[in-house]
Amino acid sequence: MSTVSGKAWRFGDEINSDLLAPGLYMKSSNEIMATHCLESVDPAFAKTVQADDIIVGGHNFGIGSAREQAALSLRILKVGAVLAESFARIFYRNALNFGVPCLFFPQYKEINAGDNLSVDAVAGKIQNLTSGKNYIVDPIPAHLMEMIVDGGLMPHLKKKLVKGKAA
Amino acid sequence: MGKTLVEKIIARASGQASVRPGEIVTCKVDLAMIVDSGGPRKIWPRLTELGVGLWDPNKIVVVSDHFVPAVDAETAAILKLARDFVREFKIPHFYDMKGICHIVLPEHGHLQPGMFVCGGDSHSTMGGAYGCYMAGFGGIEMTGVCITGEIWTRVPETIRVDWSGKFNQAVVAKDVMLFLCRQLGMDNAFKAMEYGGDTVSSMSMSERGVLCNMAAELGCETGVIAPDQTTLAAIRAAGKEPAADALKWCSDDDANYVARHKFSASDLQPQVAAPHAPSNSGPVTDYKNVKIDQAYIGACVGAKLSDLRMAAEVLKGRKVASHVRLLVAPATQKVYADAAADGTLNILTDAGAIMLASGCGACAALGAGVLGDDEVCISSTNRNFKGRMGSNQASVYLGSPYTVAAAATAGHIADPREFLS
Ligand code: SF4
Repeated sequence: MSTVSGKAWRFGDEINSDLLAPGLYMKSSNEIMATHCLESVDPAFAKTVQADDIIVGGHNFGIGSAREQAALSLRILKVGAVLAESFARIFYRNALNFGVPCLFFPQYKEINAGDNLSVDAVAGKIQNLTSGKNYIVDPIPAHLMEMIVDGGLMPHLKKKLVKGKAA
Repeated sequence: MGKTLVEKIIARASGQASVRPGEIVTCKVDLAMIVDSGGPRKIWPRLTELGVGLWDPNKIVVVSDHFVPAVDAETAAILKLARDFVREFKIPHFYDMKGICHIVLPEHGHLQPGMFVCGGDSHSTMGGAYGCYMAGFGGIEMTGVCITGEIWTRVPETIRVDWSGKFNQAVVAKDVMLFLCRQLGMDNAFKAMEYGGDTVSSMSMSERGVLCNMAAELGCETGVIAPDQTTLAAIRAAGKEPAADALKWCSDDDANYVARHKFSASDLQPQVAAPHAPSNSGPVTDYKNVKIDQAYIGACVGAKLSDLRMAAEVLKGRKVASHVRLLVAPATQKVYADAAADGTLNILTDAGAIMLASGCGACAALGAGVLGDDEVCISSTNRNFKGRMGSNQASVYLGSPYTVAAAATAGHIADPREFLS
C-alpha cells in the first residue's frame, strides 16, 4: 500500500521553489502551473513524467518560497516520492501535507536517471531494481505517519472531522 | 541547562514546562497571517470542501500584497476573492493594497515578544525581529492552522550569531545576510537563527528585520532577536502597549546553542550575490563592471523607509544611467507617504527613478517590473533564483540599497563607497 515503483528522475542540488513553480505562472491554475514544473532545468520532465515516477535530488531540495504549488505540482504530476540528501523545511512540510512522501536519502548519488526504483516511505525502504541495491533510510516521522497513510492533510482532516462529529 | 528564546516560546505555546531540540510538539497559534497569493484562494475552497469555518477570525490577519495592483483579469479575481473571503468570514484585520505583509504586520502593532505566529509566506521569519517565533508555511498548512489554531513543530536547534563593532560606510544588514548565506549556507533547515551582539543591539528595527527576513535564505525555521528598548519603542510607535513581561523573552546565559559564530562588523565590505543564489556572494569589488539593464529597490527586505533613504543618499544630485531603468516600489503605503514627507522621494524621482505601487511586484515576477531574456538586474530583494524575477534567461544580482543605487547611476555594478561623501 505504501510502496510506489517508478522511474528515477535525477536533479541536482538546491532545486528551489522558483524552478518547481515559476513566479510567472503563480496566478495560473494549479494544473497549468504543474505543466511548467522544473522546465528551466529539464523541459522534458513535466511533459513525460509518469505516475509514480520518483524524483531524486541533492541537498536542500525545495529551498525558497512558501508557495504550495512547488509541492502541489508534484502531486498533480503524480510523482510517487521525492528522495534527496536534504530538504528545505517549508517544501518538506507542504509535500507531506499533499501526500507526496519525502525521504532523506544520503546515497542519492548512486541513483542514475531512468533507474527503476521501489520506495516504501512508511518502512523507509528504497530498492534500486536496476542496480539491485537496497537501502534503509529514516521512515516518515511517526507523528506524520497517520496523515501520510490517509493521503495528506485534507483526507486526514476529513477523517478527523467526521470522527469528531460522530463522537 | 538554560533555554534559548525559541525553546522558551515553543514551550509556552505547546503548554509544556520546557522543550528540547528535536522534540515534536503541537503549538497553539497566537496569530496567523495569510496573503492573497497563498491564502484565501487556497484556503477557502478547502474550508468549503470540509464544511468548516475559521478557528478565530480575530486572530487571522489577511494582507493583499503579492498581486497588487491587479494587472489582468486573473490577478483581479485573486484580489476580489480575498476581499470576499474577509467579508464572508468577518475578519476584522484586512490590509488590502496597504503594502507588503511582513512590514504591514508590525506597522500595525500585531507583533509582540513571545508570540507564536504562523505566516503564509516564507519570509515570515522577519517577524522574529520583534522577539516572537514567526515561521512561514504553505497554503495547505495555513488551511490547517486557520481551522484548528494549532500546528506541529519540531523544536529547532538554535544557531547563535553575534556581531560586534561598527560597520564601515555603506555596509548594512543586507551585506551581513549575503555574507552569512555564503558562510553558513542555505541548508539550515529545522534550525533557528538567533542574532545578537552590540552591532545588532544598535541596529534599528528595519535593519534587524533584514537579518530575520533572510533567515529564510539560510533555510532556517525562523530568525529571532531578543527584544530590548528599541523593540518596545517600535511597538509603541505602532500604537500598541508592549506586554508588561515583554523583556523576559530572551535566551538564558547558559542556553544550549548548536553552534555559535562571532563576526566583526568592521571586517565586512559591501556584498553582492551573483546569479543564481543568495549564497553565491562576495565583496562588491569582485563584481565591478557587470553592466546592468535594471535596478530594483523593492520587497519586504529592501524597500523600507531606511532603504529608500540609503538609495537617496547615493542618488542625491545624480542621475540614473541612460541605459538603466531604476524601479522603486516602497514596501508600504506608509513608507511611500513618509518618503514623500521627508524629501526622499523627490531625490529619487529627480534622479530618474520610476515609482511603482507598494507590493511584491517584480520581486517574485508577480507584477510590474519583470525581466526579459538576457536582461541583467541588480536588486535589493532577497532571492535571485533562476526565473525569480521573470525570464529564466535573466540574471539577477543582489545587493543593499546603497549598492543597487550605485549601480543604477554608474550603469554597472559599482562600489557604493565611491558615491558617498
Ligand atoms: S516582497 Fe518578495 S520576498 Fe517579500 S513577501 Fe513579497 S514576494 Fe516575498
